[in-house]
Amino acid sequence: MKQGWMKSIMVVFALSAIMTLGACKKKVAPPPPPPPPPPAAPTASLTANPNTVDKGQATTLTWETTNATDINIDGVGAVKPSGSQQVTPTESTTYHLTAKGPGGTQEATARVTVNTPPPPPPAPSATEEELFSQNVKDVYFDYDKYDIRGDQAAAVQADAQFLAQHPNINFVIEGHCDERGSTEYNLALGDNRSNAVKNALTSAGVNASRIKTISYGKEKPFCTESNEQCWQQNRRGHFVYQK
Amino acid sequence: MKISWERASFTRMDNRSSHSSSVLLASLSLLVLLLSAIYAFAQQDWIRTGTGLGVEKVKLAVPDFKPSTTDAKNAELPKAFNDTLWNDLDNAGIFDLVSKSFYPMAVPGQPSEVKFDAWSGAPVNASMMAFGNLGVTGENLVVQGWLYDVKNTTSPQVLGKQYQDKASTEAARAIAHKFANEIIFRLGGGIPGIAESKVVFVSTRSGHKEIWEMDYDGANQHQVTRLGSVSLSPRISPDGSRIAFSTLTKSEWDILMYSLDLNRIVSFPRYGGTNLSPAWSADGTRLAYSSSRGGDPEIYVADASGANSRRITNAPGPDVSPVWNPKTNAQIAWVSGRTGLPQIYTMEADGTNIQRMTDQGYAVSPAWSPNGQFLTLAWIRKYGPGEPGSSDIYLMDIASKQWVQLTHDGGRNDFPSWSPDGRHIVFQSNRSGSLQIWTMLADGTKQTQLTTQGTNSQPNWSWK
Repeated sequence: MKQGWMKSIMVVFALSAIMTLGACKKKVAPPPPPPPPPPAAPTASLTANPNTVDKGQATTLTWETTNATDINIDGVGAVKPSGSQQVTPTESTTYHLTAKGPGGTQEATARVTVNTPPPPPPAPSATEEELFSQNVKDVYFDYDKYDIRGDQAAAVQADAQFLAQHPNINFVIEGHCDERGSTEYNLALGDNRSNAVKNALTSAGVNASRIKTISYGKEKPFCTESNEQCWQQNRRGHFVYQK
Repeated sequence: MKISWERASFTRMDNRSSHSSSVLLASLSLLVLLLSAIYAFAQQDWIRTGTGLGVEKVKLAVPDFKPSTTDAKNAELPKAFNDTLWNDLDNAGIFDLVSKSFYPMAVPGQPSEVKFDAWSGAPVNASMMAFGNLGVTGENLVVQGWLYDVKNTTSPQVLGKQYQDKASTEAARAIAHKFANEIIFRLGGGIPGIAESKVVFVSTRSGHKEIWEMDYDGANQHQVTRLGSVSLSPRISPDGSRIAFSTLTKSEWDILMYSLDLNRIVSFPRYGGTNLSPAWSADGTRLAYSSSRGGDPEIYVADASGANSRRITNAPGPDVSPVWNPKTNAQIAWVSGRTGLPQIYTMEADGTNIQRMTDQGYAVSPAWSPNGQFLTLAWIRKYGPGEPGSSDIYLMDIASKQWVQLTHDGGRNDFPSWSPDGRHIVFQSNRSGSLQIWTMLADGTKQTQLTTQGTNSQPNWSWK
């Protein structure tokens, strides 16, 4: 009997040492008290099946105890001496069972690993390009004009604000013209337009070294119909993100 | 090609000079009359000039050259020669070519075969006759040609020429150009003909805007550059050896230089910014161009190598499309948007003495006449809301700023360029439904389409 008691103490000690792995105090078994023989120490086991789930999936915890009167699983609460229960952890969790009885306390743990999918937002550089195209608005001009029109000032200010908040973005401003002007004059006019946008941005605090300008005159139109709606589309300073 | 003998006779100087002086008068007074006609037709917006103004053109008969040998293999050579010669003389604008339908059945191939009465009398009534013969012997093409004053039976010969070259259509055309130039030079007031001149231009027919070249009459169209980008504004150098133009490179517009001797791009500085519309001075030593390297498009002048660039304008807004006064190389005309819509201005080549030439509308693309007296330009005179206003070619007398409208036929007409003899203007027009290159006499008559394939634009006529 004594040998068996000693043996079971050793087993419990070894088990708890392995299963809690430093998480709990290693209790050096007290020297065996003299008779009367002590009450039997509790035993406990806890498993999770499956022990690896994708996020949102359930797993079943199964436990069994003996010689215990007070059984508790962290996060689940008081439970019967033996049983099973479904749980749906949102992240990887170590379930911790504590079985208390007149003969002492026994603990058991089960680890459930939850695989979470990679976070949807990708690398930050792609985000910047997306943000650039979402936030930076082209600037439109009147016929034969290259000054920033009153109704375009807000767009320029918003562009400047975004670009000031994203100081690592370099970009090109393309100057475009409608089809009506003459080829050479339009290239010069488009140059004035791209520089007008650049100057508006630099005076709003955007560093000039981030900005390149080019004129396309009427060589690369956005729209090829001969009407005012289309011509207005082509009279613009167009922003292009530069990698 | 060699000219093996010449037998020009100048014994009839009195007769010949009376012809040539009347032609000289005609050619020189043509534009003056044209401009003085402004006053007569001040309320009229369409002025037609020509023989109606009392200037007689020389009545010239040009019978087909007689084959001196019969060679079936080379049947196309006489036709190529005769068509080219007729076309050159017709294009010259100084002759009244007598229709071939009036000619006698027997046409001369040799001086001994000339029947003077048949050509000087009715119904031909020619003053001058160009005739000759053409033969193919083996690999050689031999052409003999004469110009006769058919009203002078005792000493009729004004010109006698023999040409020899390898038998080919190109050679037949080239000989015809040379002989036509001789006739035009003799009868056209001593001004060299343009039959051997070239036109460089921009064509899309390869899929990109590239620089192309053709003979002045539209023959022999061929691609010069193969850059696969957008190349614009070709300007041929006065000696004909180089073409300066503007190309969209990786990140800017640069002026590039193409050598027609080496058949490749040769080095030229990259200035940064938008560099456009290079223009040669007539002595070939300098280039004017537009550059935005300082943040605003301005006119610069550089050596022909591109070195020693200096800015000569300083006004906000587009400054572009400079051209030199080819007579003096001391003035520049250009386009400026400094007051709003583009207008034509002139200045000294150092940037002083700025004169505004156009008073209203949308005026671009100046070209300075070889004699220094006129500008031709593209102008939408009535521009504004509700004014559709077509772009037409105009001629302006620089001293008086008086102008006449040369095109009236609809479409957008732009980029005029003078022929070396100052009698013709080449330009672009979309009146046919697509953008093509056309020529006309400098009074607006004889408008002729030169290109048909792809779209073609920005013609520039060679200097000789």
